[in-house]
Amino acid sequence: MTSSYLHAPGFIAGDRPKIVTSRFEYADSYKIDRFIATGGYQGLRSALSRPAQTVHDDVKSATVLGRGGAGFPAGVKWGLTPQEVWPRYLVVNGDESEPGTYKDRLLMERDPHQLIEGCLIACYAAGLSQCFLYIRGEMAVAQERVAEALNEAYEAGYVGKNILGTNFSVDIVLHWGAGAYVVGEETALIESLEGNRGMPRLKPPFFPAANGLYGQPTIVNNVETLANLPWLMTNGVDAYTAIGTKTSPGTRMVAVSGHVVRPGVYEIVNGTTTFRDLIYGQEFCGGIRNNNALKAFVPGGGSAPWFTSDQLDLPFEGSQVGAAGSMLGSGAIMVMDETTDIPAAALTLTRFYAHESCGKCTPCREGGTWLERILSRVVDGKGTDADLAQLIEVGESICPGDFPHASNEALGLTAVPFPYKMTTICFVGPSAYVPVHSALTLFRSEFEARITKRTMIKVTAVGVSS
Amino acid sequence: MSRLTDAHVALAKEIIGRYPRPKSALVPLLHLAQEQDGYITRDAMVHIGELVGVTSAEVYGTATFYEMFKFEPVGKYVVNICGTMSCALMGSEELMHHAEQRLGIKAGGTTPDGMFTLEHAECQAACTEAPCLQVNYRYRYRLTPADLDELIDDLSAERLTHEIPPHGTVAKVRQHIASHRGVGVVAPELVTESPAWLNGKAAL
Ligand SMILES: Cc1cc2nc3c(=O)[nH]c(=O)nc-3n(C[C@H](O)[C@H](O)[C@H](O)COP(=O)(O)O)c2cc1C
Ligand code: SF4
Ligand code: FES
Repeated sequence: MTSSYLHAPGFIAGDRPKIVTSRFEYADSYKIDRFIATGGYQGLRSALSRPAQTVHDDVKSATVLGRGGAGFPAGVKWGLTPQEVWPRYLVVNGDESEPGTYKDRLLMERDPHQLIEGCLIACYAAGLSQCFLYIRGEMAVAQERVAEALNEAYEAGYVGKNILGTNFSVDIVLHWGAGAYVVGEETALIESLEGNRGMPRLKPPFFPAANGLYGQPTIVNNVETLANLPWLMTNGVDAYTAIGTKTSPGTRMVAVSGHVVRPGVYEIVNGTTTFRDLIYGQEFCGGIRNNNALKAFVPGGGSAPWFTSDQLDLPFEGSQVGAAGSMLGSGAIMVMDETTDIPAAALTLTRFYAHESCGKCTPCREGGTWLERILSRVVDGKGTDADLAQLIEVGESICPGDFPHASNEALGLTAVPFPYKMTTICFVGPSAYVPVHSALTLFRSEFEARITKRTMIKVTAVGVSS
Repeated sequence: MSRLTDAHVALAKEIIGRYPRPKSALVPLLHLAQEQDGYITRDAMVHIGELVGVTSAEVYGTATFYEMFKFEPVGKYVVNICGTMSCALMGSEELMHHAEQRLGIKAGGTTPDGMFTLEHAECQAACTEAPCLQVNYRYRYRLTPADLDELIDDLSAERLTHEIPPHGTVAKVRQHIASHRGVGVVAPELVTESPAWLNGKAAL
């Protein structure tokens, strides 16, 4: 009989600082007894023993960067709510679905109390009076683990009315989605939480911190961002900023997938670990499978422009990666080796974004579908020269102007820094073009070969074409 | 017929009671309906509209946005094979071909005995464990075609019912807030003051 599901696999520990994964070594890491026995809810106690404003100040001075994609400092975000407008809400973004991204689910399944404690600290510090923890609909076990943990935490008096006997009271409500990638975008998340179709809202005026859930000031934070707070409260700002760099302190959860020897999720030191360390380091992925050559990699989730071996020595640091033409995004690296069929690989991402378009903006709804259809035709060996030109034309209607790409000395390119101009409300539209643009810029000859051959090419797996 | 059962109505009311605005409970209640019937019936949508205080057209409008909601019967086991980049790089296409052959249906189809529906899915947040799939939203990782055969054998023989509930049930554990523990909700327009703990003093 096939083995049953225990908990989310894939995390690979190492001899490195652990901020959010310290309990992963225990099989019962998700239970309240284990949590408390390993320092759980100490961060909450430490926060509650100080005025809320000083807790907020600590999160600001620790520069806890958002881990959901944009990398915005959490403490600064909490301060953007308008003065004296109440109530304010916390919405936790557990919708993890960006291609390549796998970390929030691990944190929810394997240490749900740590997340709950993080939510409590955020609510205390920023004066948020109710918390909605939105978990992706397809994550059955994460929903079960968080529900069970919330039930335990309510019972033990850590959540709800008069927490630990104080005047701090907050409900945490588990909410769950029903399958739609775009709902991970924060304004769409709020729409969905209000019971509507999960379509993004225009910013301005709908910046959640000013005008979010039910029109009230709302803080949206990613699961991993909040999971950092208990450790920060327990160990202090100096201990937190001693790890990583000044601009990117602490650690990050990074999922490395694709053609590496040891794909897995690693908690790495922020800001200093390089892509080379991650892909080739023995303590990380241990190189490319079969000693193959690296062809390209996606450095920050499916929406990120691609890198090649030229960028391996860049550190995992937002501004440097941005200047080089891409982004860190959601901490997801997808590695393609020399056997990869590049147009087919790009198609898997373009298809994803075209499929996930909510349909609100014409350039995304129509453009995404066009990109997918044209690229499919090219991959199937039925494309023409005009198709390649049209891919670019359609892409430029979604993202007019210079489009970010990596410098690539071999091709005589210079880096165009991230981000780009766009004609759409959110990043789903541009993201459909990103893989096409990267693949065409870096590997144009593979597309041309497909066209001139004019034969059906059978793709068995993207890694092996015959 | 296919309105929510009394037990589900009680659950629905508990869920609605956690939100400052009842409409927020729509997606959770739609899941409840799907858990009851395996898919979402018209009557259930009418009933949910009554419970939440919106028209059934609004319920339908919301429901149809989300991939997980089905409006006609599907197989007891919905098999979702991920085909996004990380899984594609590791052979998901081959896995899908194999599943189509083994089950004798194309992606999107249901076997005549009503046991299996096969779907092409997008990234399931398990990219390092590729290629992967979900059966009724329960994972299987790093699958070979032989693993897939074994899984289908087990499911056909109902050997995994302890782990994998029939389609419609997602989480088997629910949140429950005891009334003496919960803060309870207040409509936002009735809140005018800052929370009690923002008084410049330590709470503990
Ligand atoms: C299309 C799209 C999808 C997104 N998906 C997610 C997601 O699944 N999880 C997440 O935390 N953030 C996601 N984000 C980013 C959120 O909009 C938001 O910036 C983030 O949740 C804020 O949390 P942080 O500041 O703690 O990072 C997405 C953004 C876009 C544009
Ligand atoms: S860019 Fe696409 S997904 Fe985003 S709001 Fe516009 S249509 Fe919807
Ligand atoms: S690409 Fe298949 S799980 Fe992410």
